[in-house]
Amino acid sequence: MTAVVEVRDLSVGFATDYGEVEAVDEVSFEVREGEVLGLVGESGSGKSVTATAILRLIRKPGRLTQGSIMLGGRDLCRLNEDELQQIRGTEIALISQTPRTALNPLLTVGQQVARMFVLHAGLTKAESRKRAIEMLALVGIPEPERRARQYAHQFSGGMCQRVMIAMALATRPRLLIADEPTTGLDVSTAARILDLLRELGRETGASILLITHDLGVVATTCHRVAVMHAGQVVEVAPVRALFRHPAHPYTRALVRSIPRVDREITMEPIPGAVPSLLNAPAGCRYADRCPWVEERCRRQKPAMTEIAPEHFVACFAVEDGRAAPV
Amino acid sequence: MTDVTRPPIAPLAPTSATLRLVWRRLQRNWLSAIALGLIVMMMLAAAFAGWIAPYEPDATDAAATLQVPSLHHWLGTDIYGRDLLSRIIYAARVDLTVAFGATAMALVIGCAIGAVAGLYRGIVDLIIMRCVDSVMAFPAFILAMAITAALGNSVGNVLLAISLTQIPNYLRLIRGEIFRIREMEYADAARVVGNPAWRIMFIHLLPNALPPIIVQATLAMGYALLTMAALSFIGLGIQPPQSEWGSMTAEGAQFIVTGEWWLFLFPGLAIVLMVLSFNLIGDSLRDFLDPRMRGVR
Amino acid sequence: MAFLGYFLRRLSLVIPTLVGVTIITFTLTYVLPGNPAVVKAGPLVSPEVVKELERAMGLDQPAWVQYWRYISGVVHGDLGQSSSTGRPVLEDFKQRLPATLELTLASLLIALVLGIPLGVQSAVHRDTAIDHVGRIVGVAGVAMPTFWTGLLALYAFFYLLGVAPPPLGRLGAGIAPPQAISGLYVVDSLLTGNWTALGSALHQLMLPAFTLGLSVMAPIARMVRSTMLEILESDYIKAAWAAGIPRRRVIYGDALANALIPLVTILGIVFGFLMAGNAVVESVFAWPGIGNYAITSLMTKDSGPIQSFVLFVALLYVIVNFVIDIVYGLIDPRIRLE
Repeated sequence: MTAVVEVRDLSVGFATDYGEVEAVDEVSFEVREGEVLGLVGESGSGKSVTATAILRLIRKPGRLTQGSIMLGGRDLCRLNEDELQQIRGTEIALISQTPRTALNPLLTVGQQVARMFVLHAGLTKAESRKRAIEMLALVGIPEPERRARQYAHQFSGGMCQRVMIAMALATRPRLLIADEPTTGLDVSTAARILDLLRELGRETGASILLITHDLGVVATTCHRVAVMHAGQVVEVAPVRALFRHPAHPYTRALVRSIPRVDREITMEPIPGAVPSLLNAPAGCRYADRCPWVEERCRRQKPAMTEIAPEHFVACFAVEDGRAAPV
Repeated sequence: MTDVTRPPIAPLAPTSATLRLVWRRLQRNWLSAIALGLIVMMMLAAAFAGWIAPYEPDATDAAATLQVPSLHHWLGTDIYGRDLLSRIIYAARVDLTVAFGATAMALVIGCAIGAVAGLYRGIVDLIIMRCVDSVMAFPAFILAMAITAALGNSVGNVLLAISLTQIPNYLRLIRGEIFRIREMEYADAARVVGNPAWRIMFIHLLPNALPPIIVQATLAMGYALLTMAALSFIGLGIQPPQSEWGSMTAEGAQFIVTGEWWLFLFPGLAIVLMVLSFNLIGDSLRDFLDPRMRGVR
Repeated sequence: MAFLGYFLRRLSLVIPTLVGVTIITFTLTYVLPGNPAVVKAGPLVSPEVVKELERAMGLDQPAWVQYWRYISGVVHGDLGQSSSTGRPVLEDFKQRLPATLELTLASLLIALVLGIPLGVQSAVHRDTAIDHVGRIVGVAGVAMPTFWTGLLALYAFFYLLGVAPPPLGRLGAGIAPPQAISGLYVVDSLLTGNWTALGSALHQLMLPAFTLGLSVMAPIARMVRSTMLEILESDYIKAAWAAGIPRRRVIYGDALANALIPLVTILGIVFGFLMAGNAVVESVFAWPGIGNYAITSLMTKDSGPIQSFVLFVALLYVIVNFVIDIVYGLIDPRIRLE
């Protein structure tokens, strides 16, 4: 399968009063044609920053310090603002975690969807309106004609998220970034939104980068998973392999922390907190929380190694066989 | 010998970022320090005008009328040969007295009525607030002008008029704060324990209401000065031989067509410097004192 | 339907304020020192004549009767006589109002046209040179007395450079006013194609309008800057960037449209500043408006025009703020539809 987007060695730094913080540190992964890739990690692990970086929307005091983002043979890191604007909304679209506030309060919902067609497909106003109503119907908004004339504050959170999806998919992007799309929605609404995303992704041929901290969402929705910790990707694996054989000590802890009904296992909290990224150590950033830490981990950054087909992990303990396989 | 292992204290490297942080904090205070210095200087000059002013403010000199600023008369002289610098120094007495007096009076009266409105609530509060609405329905300067015109031309009446227009600011602040404290659970808790209501109010009101009041009062000094100057510019409040910055500017205005620029430039500059200083101090006080405004520029 | 409720709620707040305002102006006119009968009769009459006049003027009646008479007078347009012009104050007002209106509107226009882009640019280029310049303009603009800025402008552009006309009214010497339609010379001369009058009217308007406009530009720019900063951080603006909406459209369309709503609410305060500044600026530039009229009356101790001016400004201020509230309700769909 070919990659739609290939992120290589991407780093993002934020200038603060106390020095530069590396929020994203040499992150690499790819999103393949037609798949849903989950990007998981605790809050503050750099997931959203990574998404923002792919859209090249990192603003001061942050900056892209290195790396490449290949999309359709072009490196997004080398494009200027005009070229990027052509790509945003047409080839990459974003669904944010705050659907209710992510819609402009002064424009009707229909206007907001329609202008995607006007701006990116060059359609006439009338034609765009028609297509917008079709899109609203497609994402499951009842009475789309009437609802198109309403404003965001007249919609529920779940309905707003549907509108966001309609906007995002209006111009058939190759990559859809969904940043915690179900935060703040109740469980059944969340499940329906995820279903809709997966289904429409398949229909429109968009690959999805799904950012979440919820392993339950990952298990039901994603094909492959990349695990982030403190700005670094520590493990990439197909979803079954990740849950059956988590390799990185952080992933193991994460998987163990899921409450299960089918097994008599007590939930284990992960020791320690996400380390401060200010003057982060040169080596593995999990070192301070890791049970198998050794001197080398603090000095040197472990490289990604393939431990099983399609299963990559960045850990010396796993490489050396000191960490027993699960 | 000690075997206590201390975690190594990371030395705070004097990186450019740290220096920038220190510099930024300094920079803001540095401006306010100059502003404070200017105000103190002006106050001292006003208080000891007799020693500091190089000439008598009303001493005319027929041999030195309309002199351009020079070593003898730093800021020049007017048509009667009066020294402009001396008149500006003496004028500071009137201007600063009115500004401080009006602000202090508004603060005391406003806080008192505001506390009454907040504590008694109900019909008392309703009547007080309708009065406040009515006073605030006038642009402040226009109301001050009307009051001075009705009460008669004197510095005292100007002070009273300016003070009246500023009362609503403090009144609303105190009342709002009392209402806010009432809503809070710790006030309920304290009442349950048996503290009398006025004590709860006093203990919680002071630390919460004082910072915004101090900020408000500092900024109000600037407004009071501007209002005072504008009133006397249009001929209210000041009787002729007395000097005041606004009326001096008005006198100087007649000389625009003949080009004696110093006559209107310097008195106006005195106003600008003082107002600017009060505003700068008010802004930095807000940054320091008011936690709700912290971080907001 | 929901909007009607909003309208009525606002209206119910305005009425007590109007009553309060008239009580204050009534008090200032009749109750405070300066017995109107003595003023009217002059200083050289006997106490008996004064008593007689007091009875004739109704000053021996209880306060509320006098207040009622005052109110019905105001409602019927009776604002008293001006002792210096010898005409009814209302007549004098009607004649001078267009001049004040022209100056006020021109200043507001200048303040908005300069202040909004300055605020937007300061917010977009936060902490850069543009932002610092904007902040200095803002701080200085608030600290400078309007009369002083006016004098500086006169000195620089009239005395030194000679590009501005002498401050003597609304039209240059020997130029006939355009046919009266709105009373605003600029508008009327445009409508009638009277280019000579238009040129002269704009020339005369230039300095006073800029002086007054600059004094209110600072609060406008400051307000726009702070709301723009907040809005640029909002989720829907971030979503707009991510959706590839062109930069100009995001800033001047999505963001500015949302920033203008709070701006509408401070227009009331701005209007208050304008009315206050108007009086002073009109007197500096000898602009024949109602502010100048009131200040001239101050000099001659002619109390009728002064108190009527104050009443007029306060009523206008209350009405303007009411209209602003209503407009706010109309443009914000969150209020209009809830």
